[in-house]
Amino acid sequence: MSSTTINTPTGAARTMVLNMGPQHPSTHGVLRVLLELDGETVVKAVPDMGYLHTGIEKSCEAKTYSQAITLTDRLDYLAPLSNNLCYCLAVEKLLGLEVPKRAQYIRVLLTELTRIASHLVWLGTHAIDMGAMSVFLYCFREREDVLKIFEMVSGQRMMTSYFRIGGIALEPPPGWLERVARFVNVFPSRLAEYEDLLTRNRIWLSRLRGIGIIDSETAIAMGITGPSLRSTGVAYDVRKFFPYSSYDEFDFDVPTNTEGDCFARYLLRVAEMKESLKIVRQAMGKVPASGAIRTEAPGIVPPQREKMKTEMEALIYHFKIFTEGFSPPPGEVYQRIESPRGELGFFVASDGSPKPYRVKVRSPSFVNLQALPKLIEGRMIADVVACIGTIDIVLGEVDR
Amino acid sequence: MAEPEELQQDPIVQRLRAWDAQAVAEALDFRGECTIVVPRSHLRRVAELLAGAPDLAFNLLSDVTGVDCFPVEPRFELNYHMISIGHRAALRVRVRVHGSDPVVPSVTQVWPTANWHEREIFDLFGVRFEGHPDLRRILMPEDWEGHPLRKDYPVEGYR
Repeated sequence: MSSTTINTPTGAARTMVLNMGPQHPSTHGVLRVLLELDGETVVKAVPDMGYLHTGIEKSCEAKTYSQAITLTDRLDYLAPLSNNLCYCLAVEKLLGLEVPKRAQYIRVLLTELTRIASHLVWLGTHAIDMGAMSVFLYCFREREDVLKIFEMVSGQRMMTSYFRIGGIALEPPPGWLERVARFVNVFPSRLAEYEDLLTRNRIWLSRLRGIGIIDSETAIAMGITGPSLRSTGVAYDVRKFFPYSSYDEFDFDVPTNTEGDCFARYLLRVAEMKESLKIVRQAMGKVPASGAIRTEAPGIVPPQREKMKTEMEALIYHFKIFTEGFSPPPGEVYQRIESPRGELGFFVASDGSPKPYRVKVRSPSFVNLQALPKLIEGRMIADVVACIGTIDIVLGEVDR
Repeated sequence: MAEPEELQQDPIVQRLRAWDAQAVAEALDFRGECTIVVPRSHLRRVAELLAGAPDLAFNLLSDVTGVDCFPVEPRFELNYHMISIGHRAALRVRVRVHGSDPVVPSVTQVWPTANWHEREIFDLFGVRFEGHPDLRRILMPEDWEGHPLRKDYPVEGYR
């Protein structure tokens, strides 16, 4: 949180300062934006955040590597599995662990479902910001189906912590793939419904088309990633550029657009949901019915429950992992993945002790939000809501 | 520490050393990630070269991470993670600064996205950036005392 006044006022006598947020429904959390207005035109905008700063990076330094997974859920709370995945991949890279293929495919399947669920929340809340009430209810109906799948496999709808270092926490229950299949079969028709409601809707078009335009050069200079960058024609997708978790074995496209406006970002997210669905379908075919879900790494990955009852070593390792943890070799890694919002990065440094020396989260929301003034300065105040919405920020990961 | 042979052969390291023999103090490799340690005095020029030269073109600065190595000196370590979209390459540039003089040249003129990253490091580590257009706290309240991510700052805060 910083100063309550705009530091460099343009100085014109006719301007006024409007304080938008932190308690404003369309700022999607506790974002505060100071708007200097000339009539209804935004002259200057200064985002102000930190209201949700909980010191997650500092807390990670006081927890063991496994305990810190639960904190990553709380960063981007609309896509907890993406955060779990990125953190686990970072620690696995630090340790040099290889994860069994079956676990990798399950991870891909679930993170793509997360992307769909996250985009659905975005679509619903953005539509409600723009005055389209009914889309919100439909989107949340479908999102609930995805959350029920998460609940089925991990026991939790949102704070899943399902991915663990070296694999996944539990064997998915029988019948879970049928549940996924049911969702995958019904979802395309639902997606078509939203497009019927919105894509050619005149109000939707006039609120979004030509609003919040950004060009590719500015977007790259501002570090924007994810759908907002791809809406300017740059096909940067971490899944294609730096493949992780066997993404290179999947066949999917990276949709791009060249308009760079709010409407382009809407179209892209809808297109991305379709691509995610494609990946989920392929992953369903790839996941073997049985096999290891965690890698064999004594002292790092917890042993199987059954082994603990018969083998002394397994019991000792179990005890050691859950009391003192494990110690990766000293060094540091940076792992990036494509989260629903853009490039999510975890920098994990180890000093050889059982607790991470430093965990830094490169959150896409934080970086993308920085471009907000560029999108709204010189535009009408009503466009501010459209621009905040289509950048798609989650304050949990902005403030960390 | 002797540098491994393959790192001296690394095209980026060679390119930088050919450009200025002092530009790379050390090159490190861990888990397939290349780290180039740059002296503070060279950071700004190295950044301009990395971002501007067409054969390097590291145009997207992903992240800037601060690490506090207290009580080891030089205490602060800044890691700049960048990628080249054209060449599909990733690189980490590291700068080390002494705790008694925690000042680093700002790279906001090279990568405008560094603005908030540098503000965050200033806020949480107390490292100052020379030439930053708007260096003030970003996450903590403006009247906050101390820099929470320093290792000598207790997890529970000062009581």
